[in-house]
Amino acid sequence: MKSTQQLERQLKRRSKAAKLEIWGRLISLTALLLIVAVVVGIIGFVASKGIATFTSNHVNLWDFLSGKNWNPGITDAHGKPEVGALPMIVGSFLITILSAIVATPFAIGTAVFMNEISPNKGAKILQPVTELLVGIPSVVYGFIGLSVVVPTTRALFGGSGFGILSGTCVLFVMILPTVTSMSADALRAVPRYYREASLALGATQWQTIYKVVLRAATPGLMTAVVFGMARAFGEALAVQMVIGNAALMPNSLVSPSSTLTSVLTTGIGNTVMGSLQNNALWSLALVLLLMSLVFNLIIRLIGRKGRLQ
Amino acid sequence: MSKKRWVQGLVLVVLVALGVFAYQTRQVSHAGESITAVGSTALQPLVEAAGEQYTGEHLGTFINVQGGGTGTGLSQIQEGAVQIGDSDLFAAEQKGIRANELVDHRVAVVGITPIVNKRVGVQNLSTHQLIQVFTGQVTNWKQVGGADLPIVLINRAQGSGTRATFEQFGLMKHRSKTAQEQDSSGMVRSIVATTPGAISYVAFSYVDRTVQDVSLNHVAPTEDNVTTNKWPIWSYEHLYTKGQPTGLTKAFIAYVQSPAIQKTLVRQLGYLSPNQMTVERNATGHITQTGGA
Amino acid sequence: MNSKTQNKVAIGGLYGIAGFVVLILLALLGFILVSGVPQLSWHFLTAPGKAFLKGGGVGVQLFNSFYLLILAMLISFPIALGAAIYLYEYAKDNWLTTTIRTAIEILSSLPSVVVGLFGFLFFVVKLHLGFSILSGAFALTFFNLPLLTRSIEDSLRTISDVQREGGLALGLSRWETVSRVILPAAVPSILTGVILSAGRVFGEAAALIYTAGQSAPALNFADWNPFNISSPLNPMRPAETLAVHIWKINSEGIMPDAKAISSGSSAVLVIAILLFNFAARYLGKRLYKRLTSA
Repeated sequence: MKSTQQLERQLKRRSKAAKLEIWGRLISLTALLLIVAVVVGIIGFVASKGIATFTSNHVNLWDFLSGKNWNPGITDAHGKPEVGALPMIVGSFLITILSAIVATPFAIGTAVFMNEISPNKGAKILQPVTELLVGIPSVVYGFIGLSVVVPTTRALFGGSGFGILSGTCVLFVMILPTVTSMSADALRAVPRYYREASLALGATQWQTIYKVVLRAATPGLMTAVVFGMARAFGEALAVQMVIGNAALMPNSLVSPSSTLTSVLTTGIGNTVMGSLQNNALWSLALVLLLMSLVFNLIIRLIGRKGRLQ
Repeated sequence: MSKKRWVQGLVLVVLVALGVFAYQTRQVSHAGESITAVGSTALQPLVEAAGEQYTGEHLGTFINVQGGGTGTGLSQIQEGAVQIGDSDLFAAEQKGIRANELVDHRVAVVGITPIVNKRVGVQNLSTHQLIQVFTGQVTNWKQVGGADLPIVLINRAQGSGTRATFEQFGLMKHRSKTAQEQDSSGMVRSIVATTPGAISYVAFSYVDRTVQDVSLNHVAPTEDNVTTNKWPIWSYEHLYTKGQPTGLTKAFIAYVQSPAIQKTLVRQLGYLSPNQMTVERNATGHITQTGGA
Repeated sequence: MNSKTQNKVAIGGLYGIAGFVVLILLALLGFILVSGVPQLSWHFLTAPGKAFLKGGGVGVQLFNSFYLLILAMLISFPIALGAAIYLYEYAKDNWLTTTIRTAIEILSSLPSVVVGLFGFLFFVVKLHLGFSILSGAFALTFFNLPLLTRSIEDSLRTISDVQREGGLALGLSRWETVSRVILPAAVPSILTGVILSAGRVFGEAAALIYTAGQSAPALNFADWNPFNISSPLNPMRPAETLAVHIWKINSEGIMPDAKAISSGSSAVLVIAILLFNFAARYLGKRLYKRLTSA
């Protein structure tokens, strides 16, 4: 009788592995919840500060999004503060899209080279190269941009050299490693038998790459590009040094203009917390968040479509 | 497995023991007073150097000096989160600050001068011309007697103390037109040095061989001219406290204002001492003659 | 054009692109090293900085950078690893998971100055941590987590499901499969992610200006008691890192040799990252061999 009870207890007791499983699951869930808390905390913080411009300072949302004058310190003829963020929004969009357009072929090309054509050289030369590019701090990028890119732009296209074109050049190099290494990961995730099957059907290496590998990796490549764009959106110090930081609508690629981040970074230390000037800057940060949300959703839609086909 | 557990346990015990030992043997003298000063990046080197000297002479004190910008300094001192707020501006000039709660301690005077790229070929401007340049009424240097180069304006960020001072006393309260903005003197100088046709303004201490300073109405930007207000573009550097300072804060501010610092560090860092001035200015820009030194 | 010539042209093009990328890096490195290496000396690497006189060094800043990087990684890596494991191995693929992923991605596009200010208001002011290495490490953690989680999750994705099925078929629990089979196999690619984010952390300035601070009080390298204010190990002291130092002397530095210090510091930073990279790669290879007994 006693022994059956013991046996029953033994059998019903959780095994060591099961305990470990519960522990592991709990720990990893806690970690995830922690990150969610961080994300919610920061987003909530930015949102509450950013919305204050419209609730407690009574700025019209439409004026904010479509106005072209950014002088939060003074009021216009109607007694409203001049907080038109359109020049910065346009500047951010332009510079992000342009640098992504320039960087994507290079990044995907390099990733393909690393993965498909010469994995040996890829691992030995290109991977360390891209990782090193990430490590160069943005301040240094900014100064190289200021001492090399800006004078070159000035010599070639006139103007002062500061502007979206210089910013694009600097951002192109800055997002290249991120996009490259993520694209390489995406390509690596394509099963090998795809390639083998294609080659066995008599396709050339390029046909295999172009028609099979790249197609299969499209969602991953998309994510890589979005990630690069996200970096371009958020980059501040380097862009700020070469774009000129003038809150003007960009009328050409070489006229001084500004991005959301560059205005945010230059201004935030000079404003008093809780004042309109400060809240308006937080609204820019909020716009930044919303813009990247929109980008993310678009890319997710594209990714889903790619998977369905 | 059990051996591994043993080792892990041992390591843990040793670590805890080390921690306790370290805590017991910590230098008690350094657990003394510490204060924090934040704010203006322009003023930071002075306060930092003075703080280092002070802690070197008074063991057991610690003075933590950080930048962050004038706005950050004033809002944090108003919140009471720090002991000293460094500012380039009178607190009353900054929107959103209740200046009557703060006590002003002037520790230095800084002169600000327009600078231009060397190829501009202009060494003197009248106030009227300066205003025309910064408001965009003239767009080429040849209109004010310089080379045939388009004018490239470079401003400091909105809200910066240097810009506020320059617009108030250099441009006679005219607003500069929207143009490039940079948030630090070093950046402004290197951009003016490399961009043909560029004009901006920096504190005297940032003027070097790479840029050309500009006289205003034939008055040269020199320290002597600042002390008599013949050169009008200058401002005080302030240390703000919330209410009257006490303890280490009071001692440190007194130290910065003492001749030991005013005659050495302040001068070495390119500032003037408020004691050298023969005039005094208040928050609204009103000038009164004082005897001066 | 027949497919063979097309193949040749395309592959030639890819060679060209790869070469161009290498060229960019060489030009950048060359520029940084040529202008920076002549400034380097033992004195420069070990001496404390000077506020306005010639001849300051970056010894303290260099140490701070490494200390801060290690602390930030110690905090953020376990969290990111756990979160990535849960997201990829446990979580169901539903709207909640998608929302969390999107939120993490959005966070990584915030400019680091916002993270820095958040860290300032929260850690420095609210939690009374002051301008300290600890505040800096937390801010860096915030800034690093989205990136690291994302890249570890991608690493897990590259391990084929065959391995998971194999582990489960052997009667291992899910956690055992992950910790004994999947993670060891993913080590090299996780390591790449860690190096990439370590590089970003090492060069980060904006998030630290308001948290770890921009002053570097002299340290006493003979005193390793973490409770003393001048001890290098004290996590409660303000600590300017190398990247912040470069930013600071370029923006407001008035020492006569600011330019030399700035290019010297950039060179030190890049060389440090180079060494760090090689060391991590070597370790990763050894680790992979040991863990998979391959």
